[in-house]
Amino acid sequence: MKRRQFNKALAAAGAAAAVSPFGILHAQAQKLRVGVLLPRSGYLGFIGQSCQKGADLAPEVIKGMLGVDIELMNADTESSVDTARTRAERLIQEGAHVLVGAFDSGQSAAIAQVAEQRGVPYIVNVAAAPQITEQGYKFVFRNFQTAVDIVRNGLALIGELFQATNSVPRSAVFMHVNDTFGQAMAKGIGAFMPRLTQLPFKIVDTITYDPAAKDLTVELSKAKSANADFLLLVCRLNDAILLRREMVKQRWNPMGIVSPGSPGMYEEQYFKTLGKLSEYSISNVPWYNPNAPLTRTVEKAFLKRNPKEKLVFHGLNVGFTFEAILVAADAFKRAKSTEPKTLADAIRQTNITSKMTLGGPIKFNEKGQVEGIGSACVQNLDLIPKVVLPANAAEAKPVFPAPYYKKA
Amino acid sequence: MKRRVAALAVLAVLLLLLPGFAGPYALSVATLILYFAYTGQAWNVMMGFAGQLSLGHSLYVGVGAYAAGALFFHYGIGPWAGLWVAILLCVLLGVAIGFLAFRFGISGVYFALLTIAFAEFTRIGFDHFNWIGGPGGMFLRVAQRDAWDLANFRGPPLMYYYAMLALTAGAFALCFFLLKSRPGYYWQAIRENEEAAQALGINTFRWKMLAVAISAALTAVSGVFFAFYYNNLFPEQIFHISRSIEIILGPVIGGVGTLFGPILGAALLTLLSDGITEAVAALGWEIPGIKQVFYGLVLLLVIMFLPHGIWPPLARRLGLHKR
Amino acid sequence: MALGLSVIFGVVRVVNFAHGEMMTIAMYAASVLFAALGLDPFAAMLPIAAAFFVFGYVLQAGLINPFITRPEHSQFMLLVAVAIIMVNAMLMIFGPDARNVQVDYQLESFQIGSLLIDKARLYAAAAAVVAAAALFGFFRFTLTGKAIRACADNYLGAKVVGLDVKRLYALTFGLGAVCVAVAGCAMVLLVEVTPSLGPAYTLLAFVIVIVGGLGSMGGALLGGVLIGVSEALAGLFIAPSAKSMFSFGLLILVLLLRPQGLLGKRS
Repeated sequence: MKRRQFNKALAAAGAAAAVSPFGILHAQAQKLRVGVLLPRSGYLGFIGQSCQKGADLAPEVIKGMLGVDIELMNADTESSVDTARTRAERLIQEGAHVLVGAFDSGQSAAIAQVAEQRGVPYIVNVAAAPQITEQGYKFVFRNFQTAVDIVRNGLALIGELFQATNSVPRSAVFMHVNDTFGQAMAKGIGAFMPRLTQLPFKIVDTITYDPAAKDLTVELSKAKSANADFLLLVCRLNDAILLRREMVKQRWNPMGIVSPGSPGMYEEQYFKTLGKLSEYSISNVPWYNPNAPLTRTVEKAFLKRNPKEKLVFHGLNVGFTFEAILVAADAFKRAKSTEPKTLADAIRQTNITSKMTLGGPIKFNEKGQVEGIGSACVQNLDLIPKVVLPANAAEAKPVFPAPYYKKA
Repeated sequence: MKRRVAALAVLAVLLLLLPGFAGPYALSVATLILYFAYTGQAWNVMMGFAGQLSLGHSLYVGVGAYAAGALFFHYGIGPWAGLWVAILLCVLLGVAIGFLAFRFGISGVYFALLTIAFAEFTRIGFDHFNWIGGPGGMFLRVAQRDAWDLANFRGPPLMYYYAMLALTAGAFALCFFLLKSRPGYYWQAIRENEEAAQALGINTFRWKMLAVAISAALTAVSGVFFAFYYNNLFPEQIFHISRSIEIILGPVIGGVGTLFGPILGAALLTLLSDGITEAVAALGWEIPGIKQVFYGLVLLLVIMFLPHGIWPPLARRLGLHKR
Repeated sequence: MALGLSVIFGVVRVVNFAHGEMMTIAMYAASVLFAALGLDPFAAMLPIAAAFFVFGYVLQAGLINPFITRPEHSQFMLLVAVAIIMVNAMLMIFGPDARNVQVDYQLESFQIGSLLIDKARLYAAAAAVVAAAALFGFFRFTLTGKAIRACADNYLGAKVVGLDVKRLYALTFGLGAVCVAVAGCAMVLLVEVTPSLGPAYTLLAFVIVIVGGLGSMGGALLGGVLIGVSEALAGLFIAPSAKSMFSFGLLILVLLLRPQGLLGKRS
């Protein structure tokens, strides 16, 4: 009996939800309803929650900046493609005017399809798979670098790094995770390296490893035996920590650890776990400009809501998530309407110059992609990640080779 | 008997008319329910009918999806042709695994572990298989989806809903006839007591292999649907053991070995999952993870108190059971 | 950890799919004790193991016992549900951030000639051997241990003889949980804890147990060493990212050719 009643009740609820009116108000709308889709549980839970911080502070900051009212509708994609899709449908049905999210390329692609099909604009905050903006969609926009851009910028910054520190390493051993990200980076490096003749080093060995591996002893000993000057690493957080520890246990002290573009070494856990060992690791990633006025505003709002945290550890996630909502709000202000097609057209006309992340203005090309987003060379100094390049955004001078360097 | 046919007819009409009164969100949920109902039914053939516990069924979904997807991606071959390649590959795989297992006398838990091993093996293998995109995944080109393009299986969500409905209905009918026919009885015998069945002269090997082959073939179609519905495939996700677990949740909760069990199970679980999410949101408990805890608790309770699934007792109450 | 699984599966014949999750809980417990009391994980092993014994016992007696006679898929689902609850409860309590323990000797290594041996791993291995020896002794030389082995060999016979099988099963599960606790405490020195750490370890434990042989203490140890070495070799000679593939391939071979494992007995 209980099952039937439960079932009936659910069916009734489902039917009621289904036939409830859409509630999309056209023109003269006072509030912009932004659906925020992020993986707040599941294996990406940590990152999703980090992005959420950027979303949570957005309404207040944007009200101050643009005088526009934003209502957030948060949904958890649970790190799953199925859930991402149904949640997106649900948000649209509940009246979201624009969608933002979802960090992971697979989930973002699923949401993109829903958004395109329903004609609701969708702004990707962080997701690097190039294909998302290659489908000819009219309603999907991305304010983040594609994997290709990340690699190109990352490698260029490596060249700048060596120039700025007057160092000439001749060889590098390249280690990378075997997942979406690592593979894209490896491909990019293979494509760009031959063209970047000003880079003084050659890659003497490439070692791929399983992102879920809990033991990287073998991989690292292989790397050590390559006798390279420095380690070029594309990693994620947990393996970065494992590798750094392994380096100590195996007593390998190269010139440095440089990432041409990957998460891991600038994340809080890396510092917390490794302490002094985290020093001098370098990551070339899209980042926020520490000197930009908007950064300071966002940082104030961030600290108000998260007094025990530091923005610098969530910079990337918060920065891009915030900007995605900013783009939506800015378009809303110009369009003066919440009608989806009008909003999409307005988003296409976006030209935001005063922004938080590095690089050129936020302007979408015909594919819905922003070009010219900058990367920074971020080095771990004094137990926080600091921008060391480009010089106009730098907070400190780069250190390379690292002081622990011992010629093998 | 009449009651059962009548009930079925009512259900069929409701499902056919669902898009008329359901919004897009409900439609997407319904499509998901049907997807799990269908895939669960396919798994049920192997487990419920022939008694072989497969915990690596994501293998067939993945291979099916990648087969059809790769053909479309690299050669532009449409899903209708790709479908047959997918089915063929999966049947070969299933038969291979079945052959290895049965010839060597593996059964029960060991068989289950074998299936897990194969799925994991394939997952890591595909992660290194660059022709289908490796870990970076395969993204199928998505065309504008307003018109019904059956040839390439592209269209509005409505089309996918009806396609899945047709598949589920087809699987249901197929299983119905299978159960009533010779294989059905042989399977029952094997399931209840394999040794006795062998003693009676039934070629258990052949019939078990048939179940495996049918199950694999049906699941392959599920994979093809998945590929063209989601349009992106990642080895890490599609071959993952959590997907295998998702597939069997429906039938186990609904009732292994029954015809209607997988469908009921899939419906209840998906509605439960969404229902809890809504309830938790309504109560304002935005703690990540709380929904899954409730979900797990419900699963636990059902498993403990309704060991044969929900359908058998429900059917008895509704007067829809056989006797 | 594989030892625990071997014991549980070998005796109670229940496939514990929540094994990895239990180890994750042990790891969290160790990290909490470390954060609160500064207790070295190896020292924390004792209290945590004791707590886990009770936990395992209660889990078996309360939840799993009715399932012994039920079909495998039911047992599997039960433990999957338990695992889901465990993982997400941990997510709720501890949040998604990784936690860890920082001890001095964590990053040190012994140097013997040109060979570098990781201190933390060495201690962990020692703990494993001690645990295995203790279990072995228990099963061989104590009355209860023999009783448990009797249950494993012949359930009906044991009942006929008057052994309280239910209690013994619960005891066994408790012991398995103790192994998990020991493993967790050692593990927390090597790896960060996150809520979703469990499933990979459950699978690994199964591979080891099957290869080494069910119900055989030496088998579990041997299996562990074998898998570890083969993964390392596979990593060295084939692509490191495919080394798990090798383990699963090995599992398939063992299941087909020698399902009782290297040191197990044919049941």
